[in-house]
Amino acid sequence: MRHHVGHVWFRQALITGSAFSFVFCTDTKELSSISGISMSPSRQNSRHSLHSTTALPKTSYSVLSAFCTEGNISQCIAYINQEVCSLGLTGASLESKSGNLSAVPVLNLLYEVLQLQRRAQRALHELETQQLMNGSDLEHLQHSNCRLKDQLEHTRRENSGLHEGERQLQLKIKTLHNCLKSEKEEVQKLQSIISSRASQYNHDTKRKERECTKLKERLNQLLMDKRDKKLSIEISNYVGRSDGKRGLWKTSKMEARHEGEMYRALLSDYETRQRSLMMENSELKKVLQHMKKDMIAILSPKKPCAVSEGEEETGDCCRESLEQSCEQAREQLTNSIRLQWRKLKSHMERLDSQASLVACQEREGDEMMSRKEQEDEMQRMRLELQQCKEFIHMQQQLLQQQLSSPCDEETAALLNDCYTLEEKERLKEEWRLFSEQKRNFERERKNFTEAAIRLGHERKAFEEDRAAWLKTQFLHMTPFVDRKRPALSEPHSATQQLSQSQSDVQCLLFKIQSTIDG
Amino acid sequence: MNFSEVFKQSNQLCKVSPDGKYLATCVQYRLVVRDFNSLQIVHLYTCLDPVMHMEWSSDSLFILCAMYKRGLVQVWSLEQPDWHCKIDEGSIGLVSSRWSPDGRHILNTTEFNLRVTVWSLCTKAVSYIKYPKACQKGVDFTADGRYMALAERRECKDYISVFVCDDWHLLRHFESETQDLAGLEWSPNCCVLAVWDNCLEYKILLYSLDGRLLSSYSAYEWSLGIKSVAWSPSSQFLAVGSYDEKVRILNHITWKKITEFEHPATIINTKAVVFKEVEKRPVVGSEDLSIHQLTVDNSLFSTQSKYEITQLPAQVPVIKPDPDRANPKIGISALAFSADNRFLATKNDNMPQSLWVWDMQRLSLLAVLEQTAPVRCFVWDPRRPRLALCTGNTKVYLWSPAGCVSVNVPVEGSFQVQSLFWHCSGSSLVLLSKEHICLCGASVASFCLQ
Repeated sequence: MRHHVGHVWFRQALITGSAFSFVFCTDTKELSSISGISMSPSRQNSRHSLHSTTALPKTSYSVLSAFCTEGNISQCIAYINQEVCSLGLTGASLESKSGNLSAVPVLNLLYEVLQLQRRAQRALHELETQQLMNGSDLEHLQHSNCRLKDQLEHTRRENSGLHEGERQLQLKIKTLHNCLKSEKEEVQKLQSIISSRASQYNHDTKRKERECTKLKERLNQLLMDKRDKKLSIEISNYVGRSDGKRGLWKTSKMEARHEGEMYRALLSDYETRQRSLMMENSELKKVLQHMKKDMIAILSPKKPCAVSEGEEETGDCCRESLEQSCEQAREQLTNSIRLQWRKLKSHMERLDSQASLVACQEREGDEMMSRKEQEDEMQRMRLELQQCKEFIHMQQQLLQQQLSSPCDEETAALLNDCYTLEEKERLKEEWRLFSEQKRNFERERKNFTEAAIRLGHERKAFEEDRAAWLKTQFLHMTPFVDRKRPALSEPHSATQQLSQSQSDVQCLLFKIQSTIDG
Repeated sequence: MNFSEVFKQSNQLCKVSPDGKYLATCVQYRLVVRDFNSLQIVHLYTCLDPVMHMEWSSDSLFILCAMYKRGLVQVWSLEQPDWHCKIDEGSIGLVSSRWSPDGRHILNTTEFNLRVTVWSLCTKAVSYIKYPKACQKGVDFTADGRYMALAERRECKDYISVFVCDDWHLLRHFESETQDLAGLEWSPNCCVLAVWDNCLEYKILLYSLDGRLLSSYSAYEWSLGIKSVAWSPSSQFLAVGSYDEKVRILNHITWKKITEFEHPATIINTKAVVFKEVEKRPVVGSEDLSIHQLTVDNSLFSTQSKYEITQLPAQVPVIKPDPDRANPKIGISALAFSADNRFLATKNDNMPQSLWVWDMQRLSLLAVLEQTAPVRCFVWDPRRPRLALCTGNTKVYLWSPAGCVSVNVPVEGSFQVQSLFWHCSGSSLVLLSKEHICLCGASVASFCLQ
């Protein structure tokens, strides 16, 4: 549109009915640029804006008139000059010639302003179209974005669905593979079985065939062979039976006897078996009874009601022992065992839960326990402490009493004297005793030494006497009694003396011992 | 432990008399009877042909020698050495021969299992039993010797006949619910008969003495079934060993399985003890290698071995069987209870070098013995809880709850122990090699004999 010839523009402008009414004196460039501002019938919006910006309604004149009046023409002119300068227009500055404005610079200025305005409008128009285009592009892009997103979502879903399907198919393939493998294995196994059976059958068939041929040969041989060797037994003499009895005829009685024996053997075997089973059964029942009693015992301390149950059970026991093999009794026993066992189990479970509770509370429980213990300890210690304190206090008091009696010196001294006197007396007594003992001891010792010396002398004398006597005895050796007697008496006296002295010494020793001990 | 001199034998025929006083051996066609304690030859008999089977009568008075090729059975008496008895089966042939429990009748099974002939040594009576079944164990006598159970097959069905051994009276005859009966065995208390099917079907039936079916047990279908069966001496348990390497224990009250013993390749049970036989070769110095040493002193080549306790978890050597062959070497082929009922020894065929001992009181594994060679034979002491086993080398191994020990057989030349059995008193062991026997025990005379 921009590079159209001017008349086209003009016509268009007429068609659009715009209120443009100005004449140009500039070149075609500006004309084309102006023509660019004109728009297509589609751009209604911009037309409106153009209208609003470029149209100069008749009412706007009133606005202009407000700005410039008769009075402030020069100011207006100056102001306009300023504005023009600031805008950078090259229009010559309006000069006021005594109130008369030359139209040419004003027109030029106006034209330049119009140009400016046109340019601005054009730019605006361009921007607006650009904006519209961008808007529409954006919308278009947004739409396509949405569409693509949807498409993407859709394809993603399809993809996952396909994946899922593929996975299932893979699984199926795997299971089918496994089935195939197992079937193959089974087929192989069956084939091996068939082959082994076939080889076994073949082997047996071959064996039978061989036997058959042998039989046929033998038959042939027998048919040919004239001499038939008869079977016979040659025995030098018949032997007696191993049990020594005579052989019996075969009669029906014998048959019956055989039958009887056979049944007897069977019966005895069954009886032994039954006996062993009964024994086992009774042993097991006993074990069960014991178990039941034990279980009742375990449960009864916790549950007093179980005692009555126990009584019931004992009643059952009595009944059971009477009908040992009775089905009902057996069931009763087993049921009661089961019941007791269930009770025991529940009891154990409860204990377990309790134990676990205690275990989790143990950390707190530990402290509680130790606290209690500590408290006890503390109590004891306090008590001890109290006692000790009292004791010390008492001691202290006594000591104080002892020591601190400066006010009562006499009595204290008297007391002291009393104490010491007592002690003195005691010591004196002891000393006296001791000295007495010592004297006695000395005496005894003296006596003892004297006695020992005497003993030694007497011993020596005795020895001499003995020697003399022996000598005389040996020399005389007569059966006379008279001679003997004086010889005997002498040593006898010596021995008497000796024994006496010995006894003396012994007495002395005894006395000494007693004093020492006393 | 004392070892006796070696004596010759053929066909592994060496038996101790039921009263324990005599030892009978067969050397080709000669029957040698020795006193067990002194090993002096007491009697010597000559048969008409190499002896294939030899058996003592229950009262230890007679010995039966069967010669299958000629169809002859000769019976010898110990009391009267000049007494003789010869049974000729004629053209009908002979497949097996055995004593009856009373020691006065001989049961001969003819060729092709056509019939069982019962010959009497007391009378002229001869009895015939038709259609006996040819199976692993078709005939069994009760422990007290009163009854005999015989498996029969008529018209593609299995039957069981119970005879009174006194006079061979047919007590009961009933159809067995098996597809193809493989064996039957009386319980030690003589009241229950265990009957089991062949390996194509796992089924074990328990019949009462009077022919009533007490119970039937089947652990699984289709796979190969029962391989071995053993009663406990108290008749309380019935051990069933099967091809799935497990032993199932049935109880005698409900006839239901009370436990099953597995034989895994890795032992992780902490209560069990694993004994591993470890051989140690003696160091030979170069100056010892003289000819004299090599010929006389066989200890140079014999290796000492001892048992070491292996830490758990222990691995047991497994040999995978050939899957295409019939009767594959897998599963429990041998079961034996100890005499006091407390232990059970088992052997799993795909772990042939190991022997498993189970505690029956706790129903758990007690010990595993791992040998250096496959276990050939194992027997319990008839009196004490003691197990003797051999693996075909020159040693004999003993296990007891106290421990186990390996004993070298100190015999000139090498004595490869192929099988062994205990004397009925449990005081000595009889070891059999391919051609010789040797006795060992606490009270065995070890002096030479002519």
